[in-house]
Amino acid sequence: MSEPMVQVHNVTKVYERGKQKIEVLHGLTLEIPQGDFVALMGPSGSGKTTLLNLIGGLDKPTAGEITVGGQRIDQLGSGQLANWRAHNVGFVFQFYNLMPVLTAEGNVELPLLLTKLSGAQRRKNVAVALEVVGLSDRAKHKPRELSGGQEQRVAIARALVSDPQLLVCDEPTGDLDRKTADEILGLLQVLNREHGKTIVIVTHDPKAAEFARRTLHLEKGQLLEQAA
Amino acid sequence: MTRTGFVVANLFRKRVRTILTLLSVIMAFLLFGLLQSVNSVFSSGADFVGATRLFVQARVSFTTSLPLSMVPKLEAIPGVTHVAYQQWFGGVWQTNTPLIMFTLDPQRYHDVYPEWKMPEAQWQAFEQTRTGLIVGRQLANQYGWKVGQKIPISSNIWPQKNGSKAWAFDLVGIFDGKDEDWQKRTNLAFIQQDYFDEANQFGIKGRTNFFILKLAEGANAEAISRTVDAMFENSPDETKTQTEKDFNISFVKQIGDIGLMVRWILFAVFFTLLLVVGNTMAQSVRERIPELAVLKTLGFSDGSIFGFVLAEAFALVLAGGLVGLVLASLAGALVEKATGGQFLLELDASVWLLGVAAIVLMSLAVGLLPALRARRLEIVDALAGR
Ligand SMILES: Nc1ncnc2c1ncn2[C@@H]1O[C@H](COP(=O)(O)OP(=O)(O)O)[C@@H](O)[C@H]1O
Ligand SMILES: [Mg+2]
Repeated sequence: MSEPMVQVHNVTKVYERGKQKIEVLHGLTLEIPQGDFVALMGPSGSGKTTLLNLIGGLDKPTAGEITVGGQRIDQLGSGQLANWRAHNVGFVFQFYNLMPVLTAEGNVELPLLLTKLSGAQRRKNVAVALEVVGLSDRAKHKPRELSGGQEQRVAIARALVSDPQLLVCDEPTGDLDRKTADEILGLLQVLNREHGKTIVIVTHDPKAAEFARRTLHLEKGQLLEQAA
Repeated sequence: MTRTGFVVANLFRKRVRTILTLLSVIMAFLLFGLLQSVNSVFSSGADFVGATRLFVQARVSFTTSLPLSMVPKLEAIPGVTHVAYQQWFGGVWQTNTPLIMFTLDPQRYHDVYPEWKMPEAQWQAFEQTRTGLIVGRQLANQYGWKVGQKIPISSNIWPQKNGSKAWAFDLVGIFDGKDEDWQKRTNLAFIQQDYFDEANQFGIKGRTNFFILKLAEGANAEAISRTVDAMFENSPDETKTQTEKDFNISFVKQIGDIGLMVRWILFAVFFTLLLVVGNTMAQSVRERIPELAVLKTLGFSDGSIFGFVLAEAFALVLAGGLVGLVLASLAGALVEKATGGQFLLELDASVWLLGVAAIVLMSLAVGLLPALRARRLEIVDALAGR
């Protein structure tokens, strides 16, 4: 395989709360090859979200280096970082975080407003993304007219629509029932296997491991084992 | 979907709240449009009136009368070519339509006001008919009055000798203005001072509310008005002399300083609006902090988010403001029609310009802080609800 999708090198993250300093990650190093599907597990407060946010370029490390898709992102300014996210990474959250005022279609189109695509091209890409997640027939529905599973599919379509190589998902099934959770995990697996997306998910769900290629355990800001 | 579409969609996230807010913006700008045009009607005075006439009134107030015996003294002042006088009659048409009506000496008035155009024969008829009445074209058209008719008019001040407040006059002439500006003011009515002197119950004779001095070409209005006031200083009838334009303005100011009143009302209205819309905007940003964070996550820059929120404020105030101003001009047209053009309430360009400026300022005032707050949001904190 060519260079890794994600390289986290000796990363430390310290949060400052007034005078209090909380060191969440302590010199963490991690490599995720292209085409990998990693499940990141661990107890609450162990730093999973923190790590995921750093990989996705939502936050910057206190120390250390992060390279994603060959680009050092720990040194980018916030404007550059925003632009980088728009083109290189898709996000999926536990509570879907769709815009309630927009239809499924509108939600998926949102990231494309940051591209130079024409209206017609945008609509085409939106249709494709909704097709991939199996929600073409719900395109005109508002989020509150959709089930949790359907909302999460819309969120995944939104994460996919600008065709990023990396998807980061923070407890994407945390709010779903077993059956729906399995469907979502199955969908992510398809995106990984058939569309070649590199995927990192944070999860509490032991079954997620069955869908991922490998599982990492984080505890108190440190990786415990690294299954091959 | 476009960015604009997204902004508009967001406005309607809380439909009822947006509509209520919109209504208050509309009301505020409706008031603004109406009051501002009232204000500009009054404060513009009559620019077209030259400085060739001076008005002399009692120093205390023009409701205090002055004796006609002052006429010869006024006429003797160098630079004064003619002297006319006018007294408020308090005329009322039918039950409650007040008329702008004065008693005067026809010949003197004619000499001083060449701006009124009326056939000479009618001027003569006015002079020779004791119960004569002349009215402006607007007034005649409004009530369909024709020369030759007897017009019953009551006075809310002056009863006749028999105690009745119901008077009747013979309409002997209808005058026009010499140009459009003067034509707009043909809502006046005039009767004979002599007839009034004779017929009023109080036996008031030989007194008037004010004198009008017509000045010679190139006369020094300033100096003459000082001369007049000095002449009657320390007499029982002290005077206050000013130009016709200043007089018109101060006449209106007797009703109260309209400009100041308008400013205060508008200040209160816009201050309230600021609170209402400001609160709506602040609340709408507060309740969708996670959404704003998601937009940033998707790659919208801090500047874009700032723009989204400011655009929402702008759209809200712009929509309400324009509707309000349009309603104001419709209402103004209605008032104008209902009063037969006596009360001109048009939203002229200056009111619109001021309105647009108010829209922009108001948008900034209500949008800036929420927009800055949205701009400053840290994604990870906002997503985690911190
Ligand atoms: N922005 C922040 N400010 C202060 N403390 C934070 C912040 N984000 C996370 N933390 C703290 O860092 C630790 C790890 O948080 P997080 O990465 O969310 O854990 P996990 O996702 O594994 O539950 C927790 O103790 C949390 O309170
Ligand atoms: Mg977490």
